[in-house]
Amino acid sequence: MDLFQIFSLALAGQTIRISVPYILTAMGATASELGGVVNIGLEGLILIGAFCSVLGNFYTGSPWAGILCAVAGGMLFAWLHAVVSIKFRANQIISGLAINILAVGATKFFLKYFFHSSSNSGRISGIARLDVPVIGGIPVIGDIVSNPLILLTGLLVFAVWYSVYRTPFGLRLRAVGENPEAADTLGVNVRRMRYLGVLISGALAALGGVWLAYDQHQFTDGMSGGRGYIALAAMIFGKWNPVLAALAALFFGFAEAVQIQLQTVGVKLPVQFIQMIPYLLTIVVLAGTFSKAAPPSADGVPYEKD
Amino acid sequence: MNKNTKAFLINLGVTLAAVLASLVVGAFFILLVHANPALVYRRLFEGVILNPYGLAQTLFKATPLIMTGLALALGFKASIFNIGAEGQMVIGGFVCAWLGFTFTGLPAALLVPLCLAGAFAGGMLWASVPAVLKIKTGAHEVITTIMMNFIALALTNYLITAYFHLPETVHTQLIAGSAALPRLDHYVPAFRGSPANVTLFMAAALCFAFWWLIWKTPYGYETRAIGLNPSAAETGGIHINRNLLLTFLISGGLSGFAAVNFIMGYKHYYEEGFTQGVGFMGIAVALVGQNNPFGIIFAALLFGALSHGTLVINALVPKDIIQILQALVILFVISSNLLAKKYMARLTED
Repeated sequence: MDLFQIFSLALAGQTIRISVPYILTAMGATASELGGVVNIGLEGLILIGAFCSVLGNFYTGSPWAGILCAVAGGMLFAWLHAVVSIKFRANQIISGLAINILAVGATKFFLKYFFHSSSNSGRISGIARLDVPVIGGIPVIGDIVSNPLILLTGLLVFAVWYSVYRTPFGLRLRAVGENPEAADTLGVNVRRMRYLGVLISGALAALGGVWLAYDQHQFTDGMSGGRGYIALAAMIFGKWNPVLAALAALFFGFAEAVQIQLQTVGVKLPVQFIQMIPYLLTIVVLAGTFSKAAPPSADGVPYEKD
Repeated sequence: MNKNTKAFLINLGVTLAAVLASLVVGAFFILLVHANPALVYRRLFEGVILNPYGLAQTLFKATPLIMTGLALALGFKASIFNIGAEGQMVIGGFVCAWLGFTFTGLPAALLVPLCLAGAFAGGMLWASVPAVLKIKTGAHEVITTIMMNFIALALTNYLITAYFHLPETVHTQLIAGSAALPRLDHYVPAFRGSPANVTLFMAAALCFAFWWLIWKTPYGYETRAIGLNPSAAETGGIHINRNLLLTFLISGGLSGFAAVNFIMGYKHYYEEGFTQGVGFMGIAVALVGQNNPFGIIFAALLFGALSHGTLVINALVPKDIIQILQALVILFVISSNLLAKKYMARLTED
């Protein structure tokens, strides 16, 4: 049967490929919002990450230098968002939108300067497969375990879960997002924790951008393609829990992969309706139709010390 | 000088300083690519204001920005953050164009109002979902409207590709000639070549309507009361939900109406991506214009001029410097609000 053919290893591989940037960025979104800072600039941070990774990789030839550049660039722009929203207590939504506009403008601006093109960069090496014995040879599974970025993503899911729920750092981060006054009274530095949350989101979203750039072996104009907003949807669908957010991201990736596979076997399901799934689900979850999702209490509220 | 005038001047001064600061930071970007900032800014100024065609282009670009700026400002008055202006404009534009190329037999006297009403109604329809969800379930409109933007894009993309596109294009057929709005170059020959059209006057009229609605009607009084203190407003006998619904719907309608400039005034068809971020930029316009209809006109002219400026300076520096400038203006203006508040606090102490 056509419909059963699509549930194959290829589908699993495709799901992972599509999901990696969603997973990384959704966890970043969660880190920022758990600390109480809404970050809708993630879309732009992905773009910055992709661009900086290409620059680093192109000029040094090393994929790891590219990753370092991406994380630095993502954190720099995230820091800008943090300064505007935490230090100047400005509206975080507007700041995030401005970061997105700035990222689109700045990447295109420097794309022309470095690569003399308004659409794409030069070719880059990307990152090589690891040489994994035995399992490395299995189709699909081998591709997954020998891809350093997929392994890194898996590791980061664990690391984020562990630090948010099992360390004093995570407790403090969640405290300043839920009740900054109480946290402050207990001696937690509210501002510093919030800066850290935003910076982590910048680093993670930038890694999402690295994945896109290394996958295509180049930077293309606007290559974030709305993924930052899907990540935001995954964060809400995952109820502001980084691991559930990562699972939601995986689910959104799965829906897209199913649609692509359906197309290859000739089932004509309008792609646009599959694209709507994350957005519709987010609205449904926010409206509490089957289970209500609520953000951290002080999410989006600047902290004003008396 | 009374206190209101002083407050106004402080706000104006801080906003202008923020715009100036963006130009200074923008100059560093220009220097980075070995271009001359002074030359770029001079060319920009000449190209968007001093030559008549450039001025017309600035007016053309400012027209929809005034409308989305008003849409956002109206929402802000009642503490509604309508980021959905982009999607509402998309749906408004689609409905407007669909009416225009479907009811081609109607005379202009009927078809023009029908298309205008369609644009407004399309925007209202799209705003009604987040509006009702906000009132009935408390779902925050920032997220629901963002999601509605993407749903609008996907839905219209489906409708265009599956049913309405002309072969080899991403746009629909032309609307009836009777639904096309006259261009300003009919009256001002120096504007020749610019699609600036009479939608500009509708935008100006809407600014007056906005002012009247907010300051001279019971509805406006209620809206302002809710924005200042919702629980006090409720205790005072104001039906909060009814007002929020109405405000959200009008905000959506204004966003939908912003599509008229492109569809009935310029290309005369619906095209994918025609909004060019005008819905999002409306946030910046409302912000810089401080939610005041006359401030919004100036802010829309500023952002409209920048938007046309991309073509003017392209030969000197990558045109994306304009987007960088727009983002910087937003960042500086929102950051300087705190500064303005501090000055204001000192003012009240005197």
